Amino acid sequence: MSLSGAQVMLECLRREGVAHVFGYPGGSVLPIYDALYDCRDIMHVLVRHEQGAAHMADGYARATGKVGVCLATSGPGATNLVTGIANAYMDSIPMVAITGQVRTTVIGKDAFQEADITGITIPVTKHNFLVKNAADLPRTFAEAFHVARTGRPGPVLVDMPLDVSQQRIEWSGDQYPLKVDMPSYRPTTRGHEVQIKRAAAAIAQAARPVLYVGGGAVSSGAQAEVTELAERTNILVTTTLLGKGAISEAHPLCMGMLGMHGTAYANHAVHNCDLLIAIGARFDDRVTGKVDRFAPGARVIHIDIDPAEIGKVRQPEIPIVGDVKTVLQVLLKHVEPRPAGEWNEQIEEWRQRFPLVYPRDGGLYTEAIVEHIGEATEWKAVMATDVGQHQMWAAQYFRTRAPRQWITSGGLGTMGYGLPAAIGAQFARPDERVVCLSGDGSFQMCTQELMTASIYGLPLIVCISNNRSLGMVRQWQEMFYHERYSHVDLEQSPDFVKLAEAYNCIGYRVTTLEEFRAAFAAALEQTNRPVVIDCSVTGAENVFPMIPSGQTVNEMRMHTRLEELRSAPNADPEGWSYDEEDQKLSQIVDAGHGGAQKEN
Amino acid sequence: MALTLSGPSSVQGQQHIITVLVENHPGVLARVSGLFARRGYNIESLTVSITENPDVSRMTIVVGGDELVLEQITKQLNKLIEVMRVVDYTEFAAVERELALIKVNAEPRDRAEIMQIVEVFRARIIDMGERAFIIEVTGGTDKIDKIRDLLAPHGIREMVRTGVIAMARGSRTA
Ligand SMILES: Cc1ncc(C[n+]2csc(CCOP(=O)(O)OP(=O)(O)O)c2C)c(N)n1
Ligand SMILES: [Mg+2]
Repeated sequence: MSLSGAQVMLECLRREGVAHVFGYPGGSVLPIYDALYDCRDIMHVLVRHEQGAAHMADGYARATGKVGVCLATSGPGATNLVTGIANAYMDSIPMVAITGQVRTTVIGKDAFQEADITGITIPVTKHNFLVKNAADLPRTFAEAFHVARTGRPGPVLVDMPLDVSQQRIEWSGDQYPLKVDMPSYRPTTRGHEVQIKRAAAAIAQAARPVLYVGGGAVSSGAQAEVTELAERTNILVTTTLLGKGAISEAHPLCMGMLGMHGTAYANHAVHNCDLLIAIGARFDDRVTGKVDRFAPGARVIHIDIDPAEIGKVRQPEIPIVGDVKTVLQVLLKHVEPRPAGEWNEQIEEWRQRFPLVYPRDGGLYTEAIVEHIGEATEWKAVMATDVGQHQMWAAQYFRTRAPRQWITSGGLGTMGYGLPAAIGAQFARPDERVVCLSGDGSFQMCTQELMTASIYGLPLIVCISNNRSLGMVRQWQEMFYHERYSHVDLEQSPDFVKLAEAYNCIGYRVTTLEEFRAAFAAALEQTNRPVVIDCSVTGAENVFPMIPSGQTVNEMRMHTRLEELRSAPNADPEGWSYDEEDQKLSQIVDAGHGGAQKEN
Repeated sequence: MALTLSGPSSVQGQQHIITVLVENHPGVLARVSGLFARRGYNIESLTVSITENPDVSRMTIVVGGDELVLEQITKQLNKLIEVMRVVDYTEFAAVERELALIKVNAEPRDRAEIMQIVEVFRARIIDMGERAFIIEVTGGTDKIDKIRDLLAPHGIREMVRTGVIAMARGSRTA
């Protein structure tokens, strides 16, 4: 059977089990769109801006562990993807981005809508390909998906010139490689047994150990192993922003997030620990602050699939290169049970002394919104956020019970990510409730994707934490630039309710917590229409605790009203107990959402 | 194909010669050199050529930096999909060679001295003009620096160096 390159490409996507492609057409991808015209089994989602397509593919990947796929035309279409690709790269998200390219005969001649997208994306992709012959398509796509999903996952771009998409080749159906073998790319998944035994010994010797768990634990589907390790040894766990969900945050051994806006007790624990067990985490500067004062007295075990992460920031005493889940399974064979001791009590004391607080006075605070979203959805909602203060409050207060339930832009901190990522997640998990918490600034960066959500009838709930300001920047200007508020005022924003309605969504405006609860309840009734809730929150609030950039736990700033709020009668609300549901969730193997990390 | 990218010859810290075997694809050089620029590593010289295997190119890179920097460079290079192998020649015995062409002023009264220098360094005069010679010299970087310094008083009009290439001694291969 003779097929066009574009049709061959679709065959390749079929072989990879791709069910959704987020894309936007244009001249150089016309053959691909022509092939899509007849395609019934792969759903193409028409976005409103290519950045949205890339973030949707990213959100889809985070929600499932599968490779997300986006598609754009050459030139501006391709360059519009770049932010989304960079975002996925920083957070190690598996993605295949397909771009059209001008004909091979005119590449390099500044042809109409030509951009050197493979050149542009070298620093933000795990790898990229420029296909010059349709016959190379099967191998190229097999390699692209293989590279994207294995090892440390990441985005891969495939650039397809127009004439390659048009070129007809004979397709027998068995050209697609069943197994990919790339001699120069063979990630190490099994950790070194000797090192693993050393790690077990170090754990047995430690008096003040801490588990520091990052996104690698989520991407390798290691929640059962992380939980088991913590429970068996009674070692408390802190997660990074991307590690949220690697253990239920309701678990008594979970201290929540660490770092700049992490919990004070997690930061104190890490600062004072004698053994830091880093699992799929990369010692990001938002975590460490001043590197040489980070966990200064600790021996370090570092488990990571990427050898380049070992020693990049902190030299570990015991490096273990391998897939987190695989390594932990072996480690668990060597780790002896360990009772909770004084160290656990010390951390508990910090937890009592420095809890997360905000004024629970009925006012509309973003923290209260996050807690209500959690309670109203039994902490089962998939939560996507944008970037800013609201994101940090969500990180602090959203009790993530299961991996892939928490979707946020970590490494790149991309405003505009939340809405399209939520849309991607909703396509991936149609039966689950997806909530996007955005900011009045961030929301305006990809608002147009409301149209995508509304056309496809997604029951998304978008809550805008509207503080009439670029709050996080305002906070820094208040604290570090003498309250010289320069260009952070968003008093003039569109009417978000009318805007929602213009996109055929439902819009609510709320000014009190009571109103928010009612609006959220109404939103939960929706089954096929997005709801936007514009929440007029108390303005000029700051996120605490905060360790200023490049500083240490000693400079951590606590909530200005900590003393008063800690002892308030309703300081610790109900609903933070670890229950059977959490237990069950921690046993679910990642395959539940489509089986990530299949090494082939 | 040979391509050289020679930087200034004053590099902080230790110098390392690393050999990188890469798949012979267009664009590989951009990935490798871009990685150095992006992560702020200091390239002293970079040479690319084909090898005994036409599918494989060999890059020889001289970089400055301490052990930790070198370890990061090696790991980051290994992360590039098209990089097959990275070998640090600082670790074991290897021969290192560089070739330079030096065009030096050669007034009649200076010729004898220049020819003497050439002889001592076992270099060759490959072009003799009215007022200038082209001298070809191979050797380690030190040797080439040395002859350059000795010729400098006569006036060096132009110099081109290939950058270092290296090979392990004995039967060992990269
Ligand atoms: C694309 C992009 N541009 C700029 C920034 C810098 N930045 C970080 S947070 C922030 C303010 C975000 O405002 P908003 O979405 O209203 O959230 P808030 O902090 O007010 O909750 C800005 C401008 C960024 N992270 N991303
Ligand atoms: Mg705001």
